[in-house]
Amino acid sequence: MSAKIAEGVLGAVGKYRGGVGVKHFKNTAEMEVERLPEPKRVVISMQHHIGAPCAPLVKPGGKVSVGQPIGDSPAYVSTPIHASVSGEVSAVGELMLPNGRIVQAVTIESDGEMRQFEEIAPPRLETKEDFIKAIRASGLVGLGGAGFPTHVKFNIPEGKKVDTLVINAAECEPFITVDYRECIDNSWDILSAIELIKRFLNIDRAVIVVEDNKPEAIKTLARVAANMSLRFHDVSVMSLKSRYPQGAEKMAVYSATGRIVPAGKLPMDAGCLVINVASAAFIARYVKSGKPLVSRSLTVDGSAIANRKNVRAPIGTQISDLIDFCGGFVARPGKIMFGGPMMGLAVTDANFAVLKNNNAVLAFLPEKEIPESACIHCGRCAAACPMSLSPTLIERCVKIRDIDALKKTSVDACMECGSCAYSCPARKPLVQTMRLAKSLVHEVKKL
Amino acid sequence: MEKIEKLTVSASPHLHSGASTQRIMLDVLIALCPALIASAVIFGLRVLALCAVCVAAAVLAEYISRRAMKRPNTVADLSAAVTGLLLAFNLPPGLPFWMAAIGSVAAVVAVKQMFGGIGQNFINPALAGRIILLISFPSAMSKWSEPLGWRGGLDALSGATPLEALANSGALPGKWEMLLGIRGGALGEVCIIALVLGGVYLILRKVISPVIPLCYTGTVALVMLIAGRGDLNYVFYQLCGGGLVLAAVFMATDYTTSPIDIKGRIIFGIGCGLLTALIRLFASLPEGASFSVIIMNILVPHIERLTTPKPFGFVKSGKGDGS
Repeated sequence: MSAKIAEGVLGAVGKYRGGVGVKHFKNTAEMEVERLPEPKRVVISMQHHIGAPCAPLVKPGGKVSVGQPIGDSPAYVSTPIHASVSGEVSAVGELMLPNGRIVQAVTIESDGEMRQFEEIAPPRLETKEDFIKAIRASGLVGLGGAGFPTHVKFNIPEGKKVDTLVINAAECEPFITVDYRECIDNSWDILSAIELIKRFLNIDRAVIVVEDNKPEAIKTLARVAANMSLRFHDVSVMSLKSRYPQGAEKMAVYSATGRIVPAGKLPMDAGCLVINVASAAFIARYVKSGKPLVSRSLTVDGSAIANRKNVRAPIGTQISDLIDFCGGFVARPGKIMFGGPMMGLAVTDANFAVLKNNNAVLAFLPEKEIPESACIHCGRCAAACPMSLSPTLIERCVKIRDIDALKKTSVDACMECGSCAYSCPARKPLVQTMRLAKSLVHEVKKL
Repeated sequence: MEKIEKLTVSASPHLHSGASTQRIMLDVLIALCPALIASAVIFGLRVLALCAVCVAAAVLAEYISRRAMKRPNTVADLSAAVTGLLLAFNLPPGLPFWMAAIGSVAAVVAVKQMFGGIGQNFINPALAGRIILLISFPSAMSKWSEPLGWRGGLDALSGATPLEALANSGALPGKWEMLLGIRGGALGEVCIIALVLGGVYLILRKVISPVIPLCYTGTVALVMLIAGRGDLNYVFYQLCGGGLVLAAVFMATDYTTSPIDIKGRIIFGIGCGLLTALIRLFASLPEGASFSVIIMNILVPHIERLTTPKPFGFVKSGKGDGS
């Protein structure tokens, strides 16, 4: 049998240093994804990821249908953006993203018909170039949270040898269960996508990594992989120890293969291509139908949500529509965020709209603020850092603005996973400090 | 949906482990309780009063000095209480209360608050307080009470601690008496079983890692094994005598004055062990735990500089740092 459940090699090669054991809160794990009735209005940002923003292709008053391109850019690191509902463009203007950046956005008033764009057709795939071009046209970005354009990842430069495809279903962020649902509900799509990617990008083996708190996902994927075994060579499902941030790209590569991605480099420099499981499943569906990325699944959960759910919503759906669909708030929320509680981005109100890479909307009741106190040098932050940095040292350097010392701390390697701040008994906002440290270092570089 | 107001917009993460400085200090106080009870049994109820004086003086000194320096009140983090109790553990059971209070105030004000308060002191305040008292009141600081002497209704003073006896070939207490603490010495250092119990509690609660205590006591054991030419009996009395176990579990593991990386902790523990052994073997003092830990405290910044781990993905040669 070519498909097998491999025990994570974690034990064999030694697990990555650090990380934290967070509570899972996978409350929505057994809830199938429900489709959100199409919202009256969607606000679609012209930028969903790092790289170039798109220029709007439509004008106010124009009619659009589902899947019709409404934004594109000639830049390499960019993906086209498609209308997620059918109806009339009511505005093309500026929008503030949750991170504070001002971008162009297209607002569409839905006509309630969800008419499909006529030009949608399955892509013709013969060569690697066709495949990469099709992936770009699909508008796909990493659905796991980082939102990096997938076609850029797929374009492996000459001279780099990638021998392992890592399908990332670790889903180590608490609360979020949409990747788990993808594994259970769309396992055939995931395995078809693996076949496509292996074939077109000429990659020898594939590993699906899942944290061991999701045994059903591991079993389902292994069973489906075994049934498809004639077409698959060297596809394995690997159970990894549940330890945040197991799903971080560098940690996933290390756990799956024992290889270390060099600092400042990409997984391909360690011979790996890492794709989120929901992105993979989308690829399979897109190749079959040609329908671009116009909707995505999100976990809507948190103490302030009346009925927690997994929801499939058009890109550009406003938070308020999602929360209304989930029964509204049980009481006035204290915090609303996009993404999981470890790396998610808190927002100022419920009008923000879903971006392609948002995998959750969480709302929590107000909590008592515990003030920050003095660092006691306990070392919990350094022990928790998966990148083996010393947050306490970096914090000290930031405080006294010692840029030379800061440069030596390799703070750029910080991926802002939040493990340090999570474990800090003094409640230091260490992630904020890391961001400040990075910008201090970069400011000096520019001068 | 109605308008939502006043949402908290803070940087991630939005979850916290629940760890707090106060809880850590409370755990240390809890871990010190078995040895405190044992001491009250061995030396009489006066030790409880002595501990209360030390704790009260430390807390009051913390409160007043923070007020005087116009800084936020930090009494609630319990670190002053820990300093006071640890200092008391290092004192002879019969020390006059006023001397003990001076030690507490010196530890908190001169060693801790003058350098910026919790997390900023470069040496262990309790040990520094003990050394200040040792230098100020040398005779009172070396008058050791007779164990279980309170039962006879007299406040008898014994001649020597086991380490002094060991150095001068005097009469030694039995093995069980050593483990239970039926011997002369500082009030908190005598009951080895209670101290180890406290240490195990701290390790299980993940307040301390066992690296420093093991490296410290292991090094002392090894050196003494060589010095005693393989005499295990000699090693036993060296390990259980003096303040070694108290220092290894509760003093050398103080966060602020010990390294955070495991390599640094190993170096620190071995350093403490070597110094303790050397002082005991070659210096005119019978006991060396306090001085060794303080000397190693001072070396911590240098140890940390040498042992900062290479970030994940950085090759050892320093190449590939991506910058």
